[in-house]
Amino acid sequence: MEVRVVNVRKEFERFPALHDVSLDIRSGELIALLGPSGSGKTTLLRLIAGLERPTKGAIFFGDEDASQKSIQERNVGFVFQHYALFRHMTVADNIGFGLKVRHGATRPSGQEIRRRALELLDLVQLSGLEKRYPAQLSGGQRQRVALARAMAIEPKVLLLDEPFGALDAQVRRELRRWLRDIHDRTGHTTVFVTHDQEEALELADRVVVMSQGRIEQVGTADDIYDTPNSPFVYSFIGESSSLPVKVENGEVWIADRPIGLQAPHVPSGEAVLHFRPHDVELLDGCSGCIAGTVAASRRVAGTRRVELEIGGERQRVEIELPVDHPAAQKSRVAFRPRRWKLFPTS
Amino acid sequence: MTTAPVKAGWRFKQPSVIPGFGLTLGFSLAYLTIIILIPLSGLVWRSAALGWADFWAIAADRRTLNALKISFGTAFLAAVVNVVFGTVVAWVLVRYRFPGRRIADAMVDLPFALPTAVAGIALTTLYAPNGWIGHLLMPLGIKVAYTPLGIVVALVFIGLPFVVRTVQPIMEEIDKEVEEAAATLGANRFQIITRVLFPGLAPAIITGFSLAFARGVGEYGSVIFIAGNLPFKSEIAPLLIVIRLEEYNYEAATAIAAIMLALSFLMLLVVNLVQTWSRKRYG
Repeated sequence: MEVRVVNVRKEFERFPALHDVSLDIRSGELIALLGPSGSGKTTLLRLIAGLERPTKGAIFFGDEDASQKSIQERNVGFVFQHYALFRHMTVADNIGFGLKVRHGATRPSGQEIRRRALELLDLVQLSGLEKRYPAQLSGGQRQRVALARAMAIEPKVLLLDEPFGALDAQVRRELRRWLRDIHDRTGHTTVFVTHDQEEALELADRVVVMSQGRIEQVGTADDIYDTPNSPFVYSFIGESSSLPVKVENGEVWIADRPIGLQAPHVPSGEAVLHFRPHDVELLDGCSGCIAGTVAASRRVAGTRRVELEIGGERQRVEIELPVDHPAAQKSRVAFRPRRWKLFPTS
Repeated sequence: MTTAPVKAGWRFKQPSVIPGFGLTLGFSLAYLTIIILIPLSGLVWRSAALGWADFWAIAADRRTLNALKISFGTAFLAAVVNVVFGTVVAWVLVRYRFPGRRIADAMVDLPFALPTAVAGIALTTLYAPNGWIGHLLMPLGIKVAYTPLGIVVALVFIGLPFVVRTVQPIMEEIDKEVEEAAATLGANRFQIITRVLFPGLAPAIITGFSLAFARGVGEYGSVIFIAGNLPFKSEIAPLLIVIRLEEYNYEAATAIAAIMLALSFLMLLVVNLVQTWSRKRYG
């Protein structure tokens, strides 16, 4: 099911949590809402589910306006960070709950409900645990039961709120692969919220980066990482370094020296240069480059990360050097970013 | 020489980092012995001196049987009423924010603090045929004061805080997400309450029920004012014990007390077993 969020605004007691957000979610897509806490990602997910009502705007499931429908009518599968399983029910009863509460002719027979529950239990690889109670399961198992329960109602969309947030790193990685696998097999339109960028970039078809109640950028992992469209996305996703610069006649300057970067389409004035610490070219001489003295150096896995002090104002910037690079404390290093982006200071 | 294998199985003292196991256990046992065990065994001892034949004669006496029936019957009814309305009160106090909520919350504890005789007199005044509430019920043919119904009213008053105060904290702990999960799965409000929330509260409700019931069985002060105390009709067992004491018939008094003790113990045991069973299942 295709989901469209159209100009949605949400306020909590006059405090805006979302400003005018629009988003198209394609049918069958696995999409991640990524952002720091307070960015509005969970609010957006809850609005799609119907757990919150938008202050303004509408949400469409296909051509239907879902914002007029109650939670019960929307038929969404929602998975909570802390599982929210019914602890007085067995695993099988938990999964069958959504079918059991249906009315009249839409409710399958007891046998059919049980068959469906066992089938889903098999899908989430927990066969044989149907008689257990949630208290007897591990965190990872509980979350898989929660997912099976959400899928039992054949939801139009599957919504997951930090589904792996309460699990330890090992289980997280395992479940991530497993969720991708389940999605590929079942093809549910799936939206999940996370603050873990690795999780979002690895798992999702497209990533929605959010900050302060706004969508900053929507795109594939490649789009988001390689061509961030705002300073926020640049610094939030992956490692990044930034330097205040000046643009004059399409050339980038630091203090009184041009650094050899051409920016013909950027208007003259103050700007901030962003680049990835590992995506730099080291230079010997320096006519048109960024040069600085090494202020600190750390060994990080396969590379060495150094902090340079640039120019008279001692701006600090981080770059990565090969481990065998001779640079030591106080030695001068010159470099030029290979890939970079300028954002005018407003 | 090899070291002896560690013996598996039950040990009196589990190794623990918390000190003072021996001291606290010793204290608890001594305390329980002095406060509860000695008086109760004295009771059993005295009634045992009676001999079986006499004991049965007292136990099977119609007046005794009626008094026991009224005591346990009214206490049971009152506990049932309290479970229903106490749960509703707890629900309102936990779920809604309204002006005066804190005052209402504090009011729940009043029956704990109020001398029970005062409660009995107040209720009698209200429910007497010429009282505020009593004169409204009179035309409907409902007589509350001086009937077993009056006893139930008094016991409802006395037992209410037991249910509210046991259910309330558990209700506060209910995860909002569990209800939201049920709603997304298509359950309506009624189904969420009956199938999700209520079963989760069941252990607390059973505890509240047993406390209110136990309190009701033993209640004396408030009941004697409102009951009218007609033998065979509205005479409760504790009152009969006092009457026997005033007649210097200590054997009869202890015999009735021993029967009450046995019945109460049995009922609390059953409630406890239900509790253990539900706790094992739901963790």
